[in-house]
Amino acid sequence: MMRSGMARLILMRLAIAVPLLLIISFGVFSLVHLAPGDPVRALLGTRPSDPETLATLRARYHLDDPFIVQYGKWLGQVLQGDLGRSINGNRLVLSSIKERAGVTIYLCLISTVIVLVAGILLGMLAAFRRGGRLDRFVVMFGVFGISSPAFVTGIFLLYVFGVVLGWFPTFGAGRGFLDRFWHLTLPSLALALSIMAIVVKITRASMIEVMDRDYVAFARARGMSAARITFAYILRNALIPVVTAGGLIVIGFLANAIYVEVTFALPGLGSLIVDAVQRRDIPLIQGTTLVFALFVVIINLVVDIIYTMIDPRIRFGKVAS
Amino acid sequence: MTEHVEATQPKERAPRDAIPPAIVIAFIVVAIVVICAFFGGSIAPDSPFTQRLEIGDTPPSAEFPAGTDLLGRDVLSRVIHGAWTALIGPVVVAAGAFAIATVLGLLSGYLGGVVDSGIMRWVDFMLALPGPLVAIVVVGVVGGGYWTAVAVLIILFTAPDTRIVRSAVLEQRPRPYIDAARALGVSKTRILFVHILPNVLPIILAYVVLDFAFALVNLAGLSFLGLGVEPGTPDWGRMLFENRTILFTNPVALLLPAAMVILTAVSMNLIGDWLFARFTRQ
Repeated sequence: MMRSGMARLILMRLAIAVPLLLIISFGVFSLVHLAPGDPVRALLGTRPSDPETLATLRARYHLDDPFIVQYGKWLGQVLQGDLGRSINGNRLVLSSIKERAGVTIYLCLISTVIVLVAGILLGMLAAFRRGGRLDRFVVMFGVFGISSPAFVTGIFLLYVFGVVLGWFPTFGAGRGFLDRFWHLTLPSLALALSIMAIVVKITRASMIEVMDRDYVAFARARGMSAARITFAYILRNALIPVVTAGGLIVIGFLANAIYVEVTFALPGLGSLIVDAVQRRDIPLIQGTTLVFALFVVIINLVVDIIYTMIDPRIRFGKVAS
Repeated sequence: MTEHVEATQPKERAPRDAIPPAIVIAFIVVAIVVICAFFGGSIAPDSPFTQRLEIGDTPPSAEFPAGTDLLGRDVLSRVIHGAWTALIGPVVVAAGAFAIATVLGLLSGYLGGVVDSGIMRWVDFMLALPGPLVAIVVVGVVGGGYWTAVAVLIILFTAPDTRIVRSAVLEQRPRPYIDAARALGVSKTRILFVHILPNVLPIILAYVVLDFAFALVNLAGLSFLGLGVEPGTPDWGRMLFENRTILFTNPVALLLPAAMVILTAVSMNLIGDWLFARFTRQ
């Protein structure tokens, strides 16, 4: 029963994720026609407009077919891993993405560790010292964190640690594992701060709620150790809302990564998108946006599945949706 | 729990309508931004557009309290004038998104059925999209800068706002006064807009303020990427974009607009949270 429940849930999530990806891909495809002016002009960019190039572009993007047919053919190419060539530099979009993805993944991984460790710890401590000085500090930090976009925090970090103290480099991603870690410390901190605020806020609120539950009082009455109550009883239940907010957090990570990469001049996927947008390089915009959206949908799917594994009420089918 | 805490507090020390000092400061910050937005021309020491290419970027001095940027323009005057785009766009986004969301939320929450599930599926879809990425790509491809960004943000913000209005309406629907109105034969439109709307309005107002803060941060972000306001416009986000290269020579040109973005957003968030706590307590 349990296994079939899980399988059904995963199937249900997939039934949402696949149409979502289709709609997103349709939106991404429509970008060619959303651009002001003739699609061929948009795809031409700054290249010379000789008849031969125009004809090649028309054929490559099937511009003489009806709209829906164009989309179908384009989607077919995308599914085979063909994302086309960029206008500027005429490079394969897929290889540009592969080249840039490493920095973004590295950046997001360091940030995730900071967010999960420091965010949950701070939220827990604040909940235990409710109303105290630490709690007030954490609440205030939360307001600042939520209000400060990563590019603004990034500029302050750059100035203090890069310019005044000179501890960290102010641009670039570094070579090799350690050098890269050193280069990515400030960016991942800037990325982590804005998202940590959400995690701290949710952890604190749900810890406070769970601490007042009867089963916690009962566990105390049975004389269980404080550590066991905290970790096995309170934290495990308090973290469910954090996982629920996982989707929000994932979107926050990837979106803020774009800004952080631009602020610190990192050669990642985010700065690739911004470059493409600034140069109106439509094929490159389409490819990077699709890959980003794919990341978001897949990570959301994984978070959903982890969520069902953590919360036994869902695993055993006690909760309807 | 809450009642217990309130009962033990001495009444004369914490009167019900006392405004916490942090909120007072937040209101002062917002007032200063509003004054700068409307009267920037008379407050600013210099025109935000006057270029002095011969001096270029200089650190703060007696003549230019916040220094000058690459083109020799007075940074302080540009920050003061930047209050306008920091105010007007977010106001339009917050008001526009909630105007649409209020109608959708009222219909969805009160009518239920097909209307409700239709609207909520759309909300779910919008929330699954990476909003900031959509904004960057659409504004970048469509063009049109600041006002395109405002329009895109209105559409993106409408989805979560609809969900908020809907849940507030759902809370009102089972109340006796609705039953009474229905028994009296009051029309659906009248129940929605005359009976339910005034009761959900306070919560909507609190979220409008929170939306403002979020819109400010998003618009500044797009300008920071070079996609929002036109080049040369005095705008806090755009200043962060244009002055990136002078972090070493005149850091104030970056730190001042950055601080203004944070201060304004923090103030609006504090005010929004405070309003929300006030309205939900009643």
